[in-house]
Amino acid sequence: GAARRHSPHKRRRTSEPIEIEDRLESLICRVGEKSTSSLESNLEGLAGVLEADLPNYKNKILRILCAVARLLPEKLTVYTTLVGLLNARNYNFGGEFVEAMIRQLKETLKSNLYSEAVYLVRFLSDLVNCHVIAAPSMVAMFENFVSVTQEEDIPQVRSDWYVYAVLSCLPWVGKELYEKKDVEMDRLLNQIDGYLKRRQKIHVPMLQVWSAEKPHPQEEYLDCLWAQVQKLKKDRWQERHILRPYIAFDSVLCEALQHNLPPFTPPAHSDDAVYPMPHVVFRMFDYTDAPEGPVMPGSHSVERFVIEENLHCIIKSHWRERKTCAAQLLSYPGKNKIPLNYHIVEVIFGELFQLPSPPHIEVMYTALLIELCKLQPGSLPQVLAQATEMMYMRLDTMNTTCVDRFVSWFAHHLSNFQFRWSWDDWADCLTVDNEKPKPKFVKEVLEKCMRLSYHQRIVDIVPPSFSALIPAEPMFQYKYEDESNTSLPGFATAVTVTNAIKNRASNEEILAVLKEIPNPNQDDDDDEGDGFNPLKIDVFLQTLLHLAAKSFSHSFSALAKFHEVLKTLTESDEGKLHILKVVYEAWRKHPQMIAVLVDKMIRTQIVDCAAVANWIFSSDMAHDFTRLYMWEILHSTIRKMNKHVQKIQKELEEAKDKLEKQQHKKQKDSGDEEDMEKNSDDEDGQLEEQIERLQEKVESAQSEQKNLFLVIFQRFIMLLTEHLVRCETGSVDINTSWYKNCIERLQQIFLMHHVIIQQYMGTLENLLFTAELDHHILAVYQQFCALQL
Amino acid sequence: MSIKLNALFSDSYIDISQYRDQHFKGNRYEQEKLLKQSCTLYVGNLSFYTTEEQVYELFSKCGDVKRIIIGLDKVKKTACGFCFVEYYTRADAEHAMRFVNGTRLDDRIIRTDWDAGFKEGRQYGRGKSGGQVRDEYRQDYDPARGGYGKLAQLQRTPEAPHKF
Repeated sequence: GAARRHSPHKRRRTSEPIEIEDRLESLICRVGEKSTSSLESNLEGLAGVLEADLPNYKNKILRILCAVARLLPEKLTVYTTLVGLLNARNYNFGGEFVEAMIRQLKETLKSNLYSEAVYLVRFLSDLVNCHVIAAPSMVAMFENFVSVTQEEDIPQVRSDWYVYAVLSCLPWVGKELYEKKDVEMDRLLNQIDGYLKRRQKIHVPMLQVWSAEKPHPQEEYLDCLWAQVQKLKKDRWQERHILRPYIAFDSVLCEALQHNLPPFTPPAHSDDAVYPMPHVVFRMFDYTDAPEGPVMPGSHSVERFVIEENLHCIIKSHWRERKTCAAQLLSYPGKNKIPLNYHIVEVIFGELFQLPSPPHIEVMYTALLIELCKLQPGSLPQVLAQATEMMYMRLDTMNTTCVDRFVSWFAHHLSNFQFRWSWDDWADCLTVDNEKPKPKFVKEVLEKCMRLSYHQRIVDIVPPSFSALIPAEPMFQYKYEDESNTSLPGFATAVTVTNAIKNRASNEEILAVLKEIPNPNQDDDDDEGDGFNPLKIDVFLQTLLHLAAKSFSHSFSALAKFHEVLKTLTESDEGKLHILKVVYEAWRKHPQMIAVLVDKMIRTQIVDCAAVANWIFSSDMAHDFTRLYMWEILHSTIRKMNKHVQKIQKELEEAKDKLEKQQHKKQKDSGDEEDMEKNSDDEDGQLEEQIERLQEKVESAQSEQKNLFLVIFQRFIMLLTEHLVRCETGSVDINTSWYKNCIERLQQIFLMHHVIIQQYMGTLENLLFTAELDHHILAVYQQFCALQL
Repeated sequence: MSIKLNALFSDSYIDISQYRDQHFKGNRYEQEKLLKQSCTLYVGNLSFYTTEEQVYELFSKCGDVKRIIIGLDKVKKTACGFCFVEYYTRADAEHAMRFVNGTRLDDRIIRTDWDAGFKEGRQYGRGKSGGQVRDEYRQDYDPARGGYGKLAQLQRTPEAPHKF
């Protein structure tokens, strides 16, 4: 209905302008939602209201419409119709809107907001269908976009984006543009064809969820879209999926005068432009998978593209509110003609498994799927089960990073449904070696399920035949446990330390006790005995952790209480490495505890990040090298390092800003008094000193960060080279489960920390990823480089 | 360009609730200010048997957990069905409000809410019997929370025999 200007509840006779603006915003944002009236009549009504408000609220209305064009792409055609109606009633307004959109487009491009820019371009193109923009001027803009492919010395991702922007509009406006300007459009498409043929696609293997071509090839996104546009063209641009409210208003709209888009030159490339990374189209379903009901549109149909786009947009708009998001997904217009549940599940997993990283935090997808199951209890859980089954079947070729996410999702999901699953269906995983992808997956899932419950629960939920895959009971392994170990060196001291701790000994007292422990590595002329002594670390830490084994809190308390002792024992790099060894030995059945202890020890500077990296790659840990918990620890360590650098950089920026403001202020108040000047000079001096110190701190932190990555990459190269050489000499196939895991873990380092790593490319290329490297390893590096070329 | 469209992108899961801690030292305004910048969550409706490890595992999905404080019965000093989870950043805590609140931990739907910040003493239940207030008066039987509510338990036990 029309907006009411006078709220019956207010005593004022007329509403405040701010209330009218809020109401306008609400009206515009909500049009197209569920209503007792038809969409057409709502649009008609709203157009009338807005037209009447133009004299007083034109700018506000312009801004709201520009915003919904940018932020509500899933309702694109609703708003283009609205603009069409307004333009028909007020030609000048239409012109001003187009100008405002162009300004907005320029700003979004400058701000590296490329997905929003695509929505804006699409909006403009659909305005051709609404008789707001003249087709030839749209074609001209497209021609300018495509001419970016002729620019020299630009990153490929730049020209990729401009081509993508053009192609992704064609489902909406291809028909109209071809009707008006077929010669020009053919030329355009030929240029695009030529570009797509010559662009390089080295990056593709790194971004694919599955390496196999069957049953669904994981296509590069531009290739897929091109195939879809080709098919659409063959079908003479007949597109029937998109909701087009403007068709109902054709008689009104075709009377309207159109505007010409001003000539649009794509902003020049600059070094701080960050173009979207390429991606691969995730497909897991086809028409054979939805048993009854509407048929799923084919992989190269434009319907598939439009549906997926819209579902992605809905998630982007509503991810913060999972109930709303689920409801919006399930009320997708035209849902009766498509197997919507399958599309939704496919799009969600597509995002969850996206490489390098999902668009949103992983746990959101778990929560969203749970809401969807709640809203569609009779149908969605079955689709989800089917999807899970399919992904299990295809584990052999699934990228390790994606398997990680599959494991985390599945365990968390099960924990919300009493861990009910038909494990027997997966009995085939028991017939192969435990290191193969399927049994490995089940093992990791059960380990994560145990963390969310408890050991006996896991024993109860799986068939007895699965016992080999059940995780160990997470118990402390005390080296100095009982009388049978009295012969162990250090046993006696362990007892002394135990009693000392129970009697609330201080750090000094403990250190005094530990002094009596002989050093198995040491010559007799070590006077102080303060050097690295592995036995001291064994005795103290095993005993301490044993006493504190009850819970995480107890262990953290223990580390805090005896921080001084631990720092003393781990002064050297060997000490740091050894403490990690001892923690592992003691808690090897409780990887979750290992992870939280390592985290605490890094944060309290008992160990450093490089020590953790060296420990992970040490030969002692080779048997656990492919276990998920190891990589969670390593990535958590890298993240802590990165956050540490960021924190100091931020402090430095803040100090610099402060100094600038202070100096600026000084310039403004020309202080006559000498005293005032002296004080502010002192302040400046202090700040400058602080900035210098912070600068050093930043450099030192960055150096540590670079070193961490160097260590990690070096160790990968060593391990992988060893394996490759061994296989070559033995004439054995390199593709073992271990190798697949290891090389994909190397990829994972690049993908998960690509922003940071890009800073150190020069060093990496000069020191590590040189031409002498085995081509299998070098390929990973080259694929990574290709992501932003 | 930066119009916010308040009508559109609500983020209601992270709003502060109506609950205010009656023992909070400060006025309503101060408490609300802390709630709006807090990195600490109160987590309720836990089973008495839910462990710190389980809480860590679940809440770590939203970000690095700084610490967990398990709520204790003031008398028995055993877990009494709630805890505090503190994150290093507000953003991580907000994710927990959006994606963990209202989902299951240890088979129970748990509830998270903003907390003004842990202070010594707040780890204890405030019910008369030592546990949480809600367990004093509830009438239902919840095996994971000590069975019947404390009052209901007293009502159920037969009267003690008279001394004379």
